[in-house]
Amino acid sequence: MSAPLLQIRDLCVDYLLDDGAFRAVKNVSFDIGRGELFGLAGESGCGKSTIAYAITRLSKPPAWVAGGEVLLDGQDLLKLPEAALQKVRWRRIGMVFQSAMNSLNPLMRVEAQFHDVLYRHTGATRAQSRARAEEMFRLVGIPTSRLDNYPHQFSGGMRQRIVIAICLALQPELIIMDEPTTALDVVVQREILEQVIDLQRSHGFSVLFITHDLHLMAQLCHRIGVMLKGELVEVGDVRQVSRAPSHEYTRKLWGAIPQLPGHGAAA
Amino acid sequence: MNAPSALFLENAAALAEPVVRLDGIERSFGAVHALRGISLALRPGRALALVGESGCGKTTCARIIARMDQPTAGSMHFRGRDITHPGEKAAEAAYRRAVQMVFQDPFASLNPVFSIRHHLARPLKLHGHAGNKTEQERGVADLLGWVGLDPAVTAHKFPHELSGGQRQRVNIARALAVRPDVLVADEPTSMLDVSIRRGILELLSRIKRERQLALLYITHDIATAAHVAEEVIVMFAGQMVEWGSTETVIRNARHPYTKLLLSAVPDPDRPFVPGDSARFLNHAEEVRRISRPASDKIEQVGPNHFIRALGAS
Repeated sequence: MSAPLLQIRDLCVDYLLDDGAFRAVKNVSFDIGRGELFGLAGESGCGKSTIAYAITRLSKPPAWVAGGEVLLDGQDLLKLPEAALQKVRWRRIGMVFQSAMNSLNPLMRVEAQFHDVLYRHTGATRAQSRARAEEMFRLVGIPTSRLDNYPHQFSGGMRQRIVIAICLALQPELIIMDEPTTALDVVVQREILEQVIDLQRSHGFSVLFITHDLHLMAQLCHRIGVMLKGELVEVGDVRQVSRAPSHEYTRKLWGAIPQLPGHGAAA
Repeated sequence: MNAPSALFLENAAALAEPVVRLDGIERSFGAVHALRGISLALRPGRALALVGESGCGKTTCARIIARMDQPTAGSMHFRGRDITHPGEKAAEAAYRRAVQMVFQDPFASLNPVFSIRHHLARPLKLHGHAGNKTEQERGVADLLGWVGLDPAVTAHKFPHELSGGQRQRVNIARALAVRPDVLVADEPTSMLDVSIRRGILELLSRIKRERQLALLYITHDIATAAHVAEEVIVMFAGQMVEWGSTETVIRNARHPYTKLLLSAVPDPDRPFVPGDSARFLNHAEEVRRISRPASDKIEQVGPNHFIRALGAS
């Protein structure tokens, strides 16, 4: 077996407060393999998003990475000089956040936003960017004619797809998705995630998928980690974590989700 | 009275009289028909869920019921009286008191500079339910007790010191302070963690039952509707496409849009199949296309189960 793409070792993240430090992430360790879909579940405030930010060193004060290693192909991202880190962010690790659809620049046509990213990271010409953008739009199922539109001309679901398309345009090895569909309704959520699964299959990238919805996570992840108050209390194969959870908290998390009576309607 | 409401009410003859009734409500914004022919009844001690995707008109419907908007056609009744057009001041005030709202965002709907005590004592005072300090204090404690918060711990706190779920409980308590007959809850759990949602849904169900409130529960999550509401209306593109007893609609969904909605509810036992996205996307697009055209034809498919026939496109 080849070495995992990402190895997180004893990661600790503190929030510095007036009266000392609050440890939000406590000695968390896990691996994400190449082409693996890894899910991180837990309630708000459990530290799952804090980990997402710490991986690409996007933590802003008062958050402070207090210790541990984040190894990408064996290289510790926490020790990388800023210039080298710039080559990793987006290029090798892409990120899609919950409100990502609001991170598009409202004053720029979508095509220009593709070019902005592609020019900065790969030095692409305008024509090369246009070609790549058209290719990505086809992948996420948006007509290429709409590349000339502004963000407000798209629905929330489409904007979220555009962010995923821009992220994929650089062919990252890992995509971190932090509640990527929480703000969307269930049909649109399913449309987007089905596409992510297909793209993952064809492009082979790894995914760190963060959500509080265990049901959704179980539908698309290979392995799941469950967090409670900054600690990773359970990690396992999706079948084990969903059918035979070993930690009491995981069982409680499953039980808390409102379910359809006699669930399992035909698709 | 138009067909859908006649059908909808016919089966409910045995139930208590509705507090609020809507018949054939329409709302247009220029050429855009946000609501077409909405008919529903809110009854004491019962919950009705309005389910649909963003933009389907469910919030417009809530705004009309809460008098934050006016319909362009149709009629509204409150305790049997026609209140479609705002009438005399006293009657209007009585209606507004009787209908209270709980909003989606628990972080934006409390004033950050006031304590929880202030948020609850003010409506008690304004609506004449508590005169002096002692009565107010007792009222606040009583309200917090209703929503499962400890008055000794919570009353003196400020909104930022509470979690999202606790804040939503305070919002519910504030709505109760007015002693309403109808509670309109617009996506009250969609900004909360999955693990917190159930507690809020159970609270709403208990309040509805024990205080004999009529509850209108608005959501895009049909799974939560099943936990709260006896009846459900599935909306799409401003129309009611399928409605009736929640249990029946969920178990024997007949309209293609309801089926699509149900199929998209996350189910851990049905992992996504790689290579399936094009099929699902095409299917969803087709269902939206055939469900969109306006149609007046209602079909009764069960004792309390109705669907709108697909219109011609």
